[in-house]
Amino acid sequence: MDKIPVTFTLNGETVEGLAEPRMLLIHFLRETLGVTGPHIGCETSHCGACTVDMDGRSVKSCTLFAVQASGSEIVTVEGLANPDGTLGVIQEMFREHHGLQCGFCTPGMITRAWRLLQETPNPSEEQVRFGMAGNLCRCTGYQNIVKAVLASAAELNAAKEAAE
Amino acid sequence: MKDDATAPADRSAGLKGLGCSRKRVEDVRFTQGRGNYVDDIKLKGMLSGDFVRSPYAHARVVSVDKDAALAVPGVLAVLTAQDLEPLGLHWMPTLAGDRQMVLADGKVLFQGQEVAFVVATDRYAAADGVAAVEVEYEELPVVTDPFRALDPDAPVLREDLEGKTEGAHGARRHHNHIFTWEAGDREATEAVLGEAEVVAEEMIHYHRTHPMPLETCGCVASMDKVTGKLTVWGTFQAPHAVRTVASLISGIAEHNIRIVSPDIGGGFGNKVGVYPGYVCSIVASIVTGRPVKWVESRMDNLMSTAFARDYWMKGRIAATKDGKITGLRCHVTADHGGFDACADPTKFPAGFMNICTGSYDIPVAYLEVDGVYTNKAPGGVAYRCSFRVTEAAYFIERMIEVLAIKLGMDAAELRRINFIRADQFPYQSALGWEYDSGDYHRAWDKALEAVGYDALRAEQAQRLEDFRAGKTRKLIGIGLTHFTEIVGAGPVKNCDILGLGMFDSCEIRIHPTGSAIARLGTISQGQGHATTFAQIIASEIGIPADDITLEEGDTDTAPYGLGTYGSRSTPVAGAATAMAARKIRAKAQMIAAYLLEVHDDDVEFDIDRFAVKGAPERFKTMKEIAFAAYNQAIPGIEPGLEAVSYYDPPNMTYPFGAYICVMEIDVDTGDHDIRSFYALDDCGTRINPMIIEGQVHGGATEGYAIAMGQEIAYDAMGNHKTATLMDFFVPTSWETPHYTTDFTVTPSPHHPIGAKGVGESPNVGSVPCFSNAVHDAFRPFGLVHSHMPHDQWRVWKIAHDLGLHG
Ligand code: FES
Ligand code: FES
Repeated sequence: MDKIPVTFTLNGETVEGLAEPRMLLIHFLRETLGVTGPHIGCETSHCGACTVDMDGRSVKSCTLFAVQASGSEIVTVEGLANPDGTLGVIQEMFREHHGLQCGFCTPGMITRAWRLLQETPNPSEEQVRFGMAGNLCRCTGYQNIVKAVLASAAELNAAKEAAE
Repeated sequence: MKDDATAPADRSAGLKGLGCSRKRVEDVRFTQGRGNYVDDIKLKGMLSGDFVRSPYAHARVVSVDKDAALAVPGVLAVLTAQDLEPLGLHWMPTLAGDRQMVLADGKVLFQGQEVAFVVATDRYAAADGVAAVEVEYEELPVVTDPFRALDPDAPVLREDLEGKTEGAHGARRHHNHIFTWEAGDREATEAVLGEAEVVAEEMIHYHRTHPMPLETCGCVASMDKVTGKLTVWGTFQAPHAVRTVASLISGIAEHNIRIVSPDIGGGFGNKVGVYPGYVCSIVASIVTGRPVKWVESRMDNLMSTAFARDYWMKGRIAATKDGKITGLRCHVTADHGGFDACADPTKFPAGFMNICTGSYDIPVAYLEVDGVYTNKAPGGVAYRCSFRVTEAAYFIERMIEVLAIKLGMDAAELRRINFIRADQFPYQSALGWEYDSGDYHRAWDKALEAVGYDALRAEQAQRLEDFRAGKTRKLIGIGLTHFTEIVGAGPVKNCDILGLGMFDSCEIRIHPTGSAIARLGTISQGQGHATTFAQIIASEIGIPADDITLEEGDTDTAPYGLGTYGSRSTPVAGAATAMAARKIRAKAQMIAAYLLEVHDDDVEFDIDRFAVKGAPERFKTMKEIAFAAYNQAIPGIEPGLEAVSYYDPPNMTYPFGAYICVMEIDVDTGDHDIRSFYALDDCGTRINPMIIEGQVHGGATEGYAIAMGQEIAYDAMGNHKTATLMDFFVPTSWETPHYTTDFTVTPSPHHPIGAKGVGESPNVGSVPCFSNAVHDAFRPFGLVHSHMPHDQWRVWKIAHDLGLHG
């Protein structure tokens, strides 16, 4: 099958590669570009392990073709650390509140939480539980993930206030 | 004399040792997407393997035509059983002493069985190749019911065993029978049941389910033709066992095999077994001379690797009129699928099902288990449980409720009057175990008080009255459970897998500047070993946990051990860690004494140093001792500071817990709402409370799924009905309940630090707790027992059958 050039912005940098039209975005990210933060837990849009951010929305990258990403702006978990390499707020809060165990769902969880907190900067527990429900975790029972997301919201809001 | 202003409490806190909710060291990588899971591995020239799988549950394989597949661009090879046969690898041994087809050899026994292995340049080409392989099947009659499988005229499933009356675990009495295993005293139990004032009887099914870690199983096999060394990275919960087994079946010398478990995305028992994908990848790498990766899809995972449970348990329990249990009998029909691929210790083909007397002082008991072949996937693994303990706990905790109904008693009180008392430990159970320690009454009372049990019962009674008066359509169910686990397999004298003794190991090296590296025979799959085992060492030898690197999973570097499952890491490898650390401490004591110019016996360990007895200002810190160990000539002591310990535990450990769930059930929709879930766990000494709590949340959520909707289901044709996450229920954050955790501490008397293990307790304890809550809601209307999972439809059906829909 002929390959098609695909170009997009990934975590702020332009990337390019060749992809068969049928290639899924998750495979393009992981196998062609070597971006292995997003994981594969099902390839059927159920688990959210492959969640990335595309043009300001959380998407399951197993449910998009790589060619559909052309020209878009994509953020993965690799793009969420601070510029100096320290953990970003959400990453830090997941660690602080034990929001991960095996870590397999974590990149998707954190990327989703990052978008959720932009959509809903001050969420209730219920909003977090609803807003994160597209991401499955088999290890944590979610309680500490929810805690981590709520704590992230508080941290981010405090930082915003301090900056204003 | 030294000036040391640091208070002992601060020195101790600085170590982040036992009891500290130390933040996990693993998380720095994982939160940034810098984990290294098997599918992240990319080697030069790596190929991709994928299976052609059977669409039928039982069929003869008439022919496999590879030609079209080999013509697909990118496809390099297609392996079938015929190709593996000359190597003797078309079948492989299972961990249960049975054998399993690697690729279909003449017939298939379950839907999804591996028929051919396609090797191609990438996953898309491999999928094209799979689609192009033409297989001709001839359908055979299917058996999915384990009772029907034992009928005289049932189809013969395992033709390879035809005429064999002796199996791996004794006599076979039917062509689909695998083994019969028994424990306890049949005659005495029968006698008690015959004379008992009250006997309750019930058939209890613990349905088939699946561990379903978020990461599926997979591997990368790489045979280096130049060095002759085979390296396999894979999702292995027991890497050393895999190396030994791989060596035995392939003939490759064990030193030429390196097995590496990289980061593992959850295991829960799914990753203990040996799967055809591993064998085929290794063969394909040898054949092609290139690395070969095989990673299951989710559908492959749910259909073919490692189901769990599927036990039909027929129970009879005897008691006096006032509720004192006098005897218990259990017969199990165990559905093992097409091959017996359980991962139980050899002497225990039904695992530790004989812990089924639970937390109760039952004078006589008898257990009999019949293993049966059916046209379903093989497995029967210990899914977040120590070898069938979940089944045992579910059985006894349901039987207690059934008995309570028969006696007209409160189930909490019935438990209380039958608990093994604290003064009875060590307790010899009727089915052969020696419980190490426990204080069940203390835990039970604490739990009942914490939830306000009496008030809850009053509220429930009021609700019932309102329901009967037509004021509400919602009932309240109060689910109770007191479970006793048996973990930490185990003593080599009675626990081995395929002849490999189930000890475990730890090697510690202290570096000259006082930091350290420790390596273990276990492998974390999310339990946070790198964090907690360092804590054990920190407390034992006084080096801060932050200065200790922990490594597991590489058989070239880690000491031999049997891996992580059955909650054995803390009981066995954790003990080895403490013992290795104590060897180091003993040597450090001699070095310190030399440096302080006193006799060995005149120094004592004090948090992070050795000090002269009675003169605490004269001391040497572990850092100083480490430096001296390497750089100072000390008469009679060889340089260096390291130790290894292989620990063979004297007994299992017996964690326990008291769980209480309050559930509201809508009688008209069958829907439920978990109002509260209280989990009290006693896992002995607590190493890291934060991690324990996380384990409880996770295990209880898995239990919630199992009890309330999750199952591996087949239709009568053997079609797998739950092979995607659309049909296989995994709760999201939305439906998952909120948990309240609590604890008591009853240390294990035989474990060096008193720890018992906790990872599996919440799965063991929560399933009966949720299930009992459902039953309890309908108890006033005459419900005695109804099989799990209690999904909306089944709960609605209970209400309907009880006439609650008018
Ligand atoms: S891998 Fe994309 S949702 Fe599961
Ligand atoms: S931490 Fe393992 S799946 Fe979420």
